[in-house]
Order: sequence, then C-alpha cells, then structure tokens
Amino acid sequence: MKYQSQKVAKPYFIGALVLFFGQIVFGLIAGFQYLDGSFLFPGLPFDVVRMSHTNLLIVWLLMSFMGAAYFIVPEEAQTELYSPKLALVTFWVFFTAAALTILAYLFVPYAHLAAITGNAALPTMGRGYLEQPLPTKIGIVLVALSLLFNVTMTLIKGRKTSINLILVGSLWGLALLFLPAFYFPEDTVKASFAWWWVVHGWVEGDWELILGALLGFILIKMTGVDREIVEKWLYIIVAMTLVSGIIGIGHHYYYTGSPSYWIWLGSIFSILEPVPFVLLIAFSFKMLMQRRREHPNKAAMLWALATPIMAFLGAGLWGLMITLAPAQYYMHGTNFTAAHGHLAFFGAYAMISLSIISYAMPLLRDRTANSAIAQRWEITGFWIMVLSMLGIALALTGAGIVTVILQRAADHPMSFMQVQDKARVFFWVREFAGLGFFIGLLIYLRSFFIAGDYEYASEMKRALAG
Amino acid sequence: MQQVFTKAMARNIFLGGAVFFLAIYVALSVDTWYRIPERDHADKLSPAVLQGKYVFDENNCIGCHTVNGEGAYFAPELGNVYKRRGSAFIKAWIESQPTGVPGRRQMPNFHLSQKQLDDLILYLQWLSNIDTNNWPPNIQG
Repeated sequence: MKYQSQKVAKPYFIGALVLFFGQIVFGLIAGFQYLDGSFLFPGLPFDVVRMSHTNLLIVWLLMSFMGAAYFIVPEEAQTELYSPKLALVTFWVFFTAAALTILAYLFVPYAHLAAITGNAALPTMGRGYLEQPLPTKIGIVLVALSLLFNVTMTLIKGRKTSINLILVGSLWGLALLFLPAFYFPEDTVKASFAWWWVVHGWVEGDWELILGALLGFILIKMTGVDREIVEKWLYIIVAMTLVSGIIGIGHHYYYTGSPSYWIWLGSIFSILEPVPFVLLIAFSFKMLMQRRREHPNKAAMLWALATPIMAFLGAGLWGLMITLAPAQYYMHGTNFTAAHGHLAFFGAYAMISLSIISYAMPLLRDRTANSAIAQRWEITGFWIMVLSMLGIALALTGAGIVTVILQRAADHPMSFMQVQDKARVFFWVREFAGLGFFIGLLIYLRSFFIAGDYEYASEMKRALAG
Repeated sequence: MQQVFTKAMARNIFLGGAVFFLAIYVALSVDTWYRIPERDHADKLSPAVLQGKYVFDENNCIGCHTVNGEGAYFAPELGNVYKRRGSAFIKAWIESQPTGVPGRRQMPNFHLSQKQLDDLILYLQWLSNIDTNNWPPNIQG
C-alpha cells in the first residue's frame, strides 16, 4: 500500500464480509424451506428469505467492488484519493441503507413496504434482484454518484493506466446500467426485456470488466509481470466479453414474448460467451509462469488463480449448458438456472471480491502478508467453500434434471409440486453442501482474527528443514 | 521484442467492438419494441389488467413463482396458470391460503379484496395469451 487514502477501502471490505455472512444465513434458511415448507412460516415466507439472500449478495459484491476501487484507483493513479472523507461517509450511508432495507424486508409485509415508500407514484418493486423500495434505489444511485465523483477526480489528477481506465469506465457502466431499475413498463414483456438491461448488463457484461481489471491489478502486483503485457491481455478479454455478451443477451428473450429472431441471435452469440473466461484462465496462468517474484501471500494467489477457473465453470460452462434455444426450451425456469446462478455468482464475482480482499486486507492492516498460520486457515476455508459450492451447483443441476425428465419432456408430465417431491434428495444434498459452505465461511472468517505478520526468516527456516 | 499486435490495437478492438455491437443491439431493440405489442396483445391491457399487475408486483409474486420462466423456482409457473387452472380455482386457491399442511410449501394469505382478486385474475389471463414461441412445453409449466 503506497497511499494513506487507500485505507478507506478497509471498512468497505469488512462491511462486505459482514453482509456476505448474512447472505449465507438466509441461503441456509431458504434451502431448508425447500425441505420443510412450513419452516419459519408465516414469520419469514420464502420470498422474503430469498430476496434477503439475493439482495445481500448484490450489496456485498457492490461494496467490495467499491472497496477495490478505493484501494486500486489511487495506487494506479499514483496519487491520493480525491476525498477520503467522502468515501468514508459514503460507506456508512451505504451500509446503514442496506441494513435498514433488509430489516424492512424482514419486519414489514412487502405490499405495506411498497405503500409507505411511494411505489404507487413510481412503481419499481416486485422484480427479481430489484425488489428494493424506491428510497433504497435512490440511495444506491447517490452512493454510486459519490464513488464515481471520487474515483474520476482521482483518475483525472493522476496517471491514467489501462487498468484504471477499464475499472473506472466499468464503474460508470455499472451505475448507468442500474438506471433501468427505475423504468418498469406496464407491459410485462417489455418489462422483462428491460429488466435484463440491468441484470444481464451487469453480470454478463459490465461486471466482467470489473473482474478483469481487479484480476489484472492483483496479477501485476503479485507476479511482477510487465504491465504492458497484462493490459494488452485485458483489452482482448474485455473486448471478447462485449462482442459475445451484448447480442448474447438474446438468450434471455427466447421464451418471454420477444420476437423469434432472438432465438438465432442469442444462440449464436451465446456460444462465444465462454471465450473471455477461457482467455482469463490462459492469461492468469501465463502470468503465473512468467512471474518475476514469489509473493508471500499464497492465499491471495490461490484465490486469484482459482477465480477464472470457477468463473469459467459457473458462468461459461453452466451458462452454455442452458443457453442454446433447443436446450433452454426444456431447462428454462428450472433449477438448472439456479445451479448456473450460484456457481457463476460465486465463481466469478464472490471469488474476485475475496481475491482482492485477500490481497489488500493484510496491506491495509500494515502487514506484508498474513502469517503462515492465518493463511492456512484462509486456504482451508477457500477449499471448503469452493468444493461446497460445486456441491450446491451439482445438487441443483440434479433437481433440474428431474424437472426436465418428469415435467418438461415427459409424455405424461407431472405437476410442479409432484416433481418437487421427486427432487427432494437433491434439495437435501444442496442443504448439506450449504452447511459445508457455511463451515468453510466460518473458517475463512477465523483467519482474519489471527494476529501477526508473515515472517520470512522463520518460514525460510521451516522450508529448508522440511 | 516484436510488437505486431500492440496494446493500442487491442484497445481499439475493445472500443470498436463495443460500439459496433451496441449499435446493432439498439437497432434490434427498437424493432422488438414495435413487435411486442402484437405478440402480447398489448391492446388488451385494460385498466383492470394493469391494476391486477400492480397487485402482482406489490406482493412480490415472482419471489416464489415464475412468469414465463423468470422469477423463483419455489412455486409453479404463472404465465400459463390461467389455462391450467381457470379463474374459479385460482380465486379459491388464493383465498384459502395458507394451507397449513405441515411440511408443505406455504403461500401467505395476502388479504386481497374481491376487486384486487378479480383484477389479478384478469392479469393472469392476459399473461396466458402472450406468444412465447410455444413455451412452456406443456400445460404443467
């Protein structure tokens, strides 16, 4: 860490991890409600648990992206952050707003929440991921504006590296792509079409740019590879993201009322969507081979190298599986989508967040790297979480297969609830894998409470003796 | 070192590709915009249907259900529920919630007025007539 103002990233990262913890708790409850439908009912109906789970995910990812921006932009620009105070105030506004929104979900019936927050004047509620009441949505815009102002001013007065340009540019994209959240056409088909501007635009477009910029930064820092090489790779990767992903949005338009030409367009471009993830893997391992230094933060290196692989599996492979129109005809709106969603969100965006947190937190705590013991805890947590998430994805894939066979492609299709009963075993596997993930998360979080710096001398001695 | 393919060229592919495909997408979206009303019978979006849609959204129905495959996978598809169950069943079903059967997935009672219920069913009826390229594969959704 070279600039004092980078320290404002610390509360963002801690806040993100707190919300991450909350997300997993709600995930466990929602998963259990698949097995016991009256669990916590009527106090916590499934939809409330689910939107708490998904909204916490989005907010903690946004929070860690923001922390990453406040950490990376000054270092890349080689200047102090324009206003550290603004960044700190913004954090508390964001964190408080997020907490209040979740509390409102838990304690106020949704229709009542809509009534008291002016939803009738400008309807925005009742859409997946965008369930937030109007004041929260406006708050998100204000927080984003504050971030954009701060990092753009920093960029203007400092060095303009490609990583910084891609990062700040994609943060602008993130904010702009949120604006359709305020646009809710009365025509449901149009509303779905526009909803994907936010959801697809973020996770299959803009956020991949953020992922690339963060990974590029981490790899430059940890491998010491020449910046020119890293940045050339980055441009190629993000180019492929947009070349495939912009028209690739068509895979959301096959069966939702839009014209039939999207079936062809979406299928053709969707085949290309795994390409940027393959390139990300090639890129990161090439950088590893060409490294000019051995960084003591092994845990961060592990996160950074595993992110492209897991992103390829979740976003690339599991996405491809359901994306071609003839396959999606049977898989659309089943747990195949949930399997893809879990593995892609975790593999790409949760893991890049945990990568930058793993790299930056020791530096923010005035360490070169965490002690070997703390890293062992972190790496243990890493493996348990990664393997558990694979278990969740496979279990949900199993549930999806049951639906396709018994409900979608059957000669005598069974009803939804009958099929859900048949898929029960997979919901059990998912819940146990979820418990595994939770244990992995606890172990991971435990690593932050182990004091001490990385000690070169004793580690060297241990390596020589061993 | 040979510099056949430079960083500047990579950046130009990125910017050029983004602008090019975004332009195509905007053009296609405009075309889609004009075609949707025909495919979903937008002329039948009466004030009552739109009221029903508002009831649907303010009670977060897609928090458990799907509409044309989009939403949550906890409860049945609603895009074609009108054709699957018919209005009388749907009305009676919503009014009798929750079932209270132990272990079974529970739907809350939303305390809808008769007017809200009628509007909601009109909206479900409107949904069931959208041209979705023959999706879902069968009536079970």
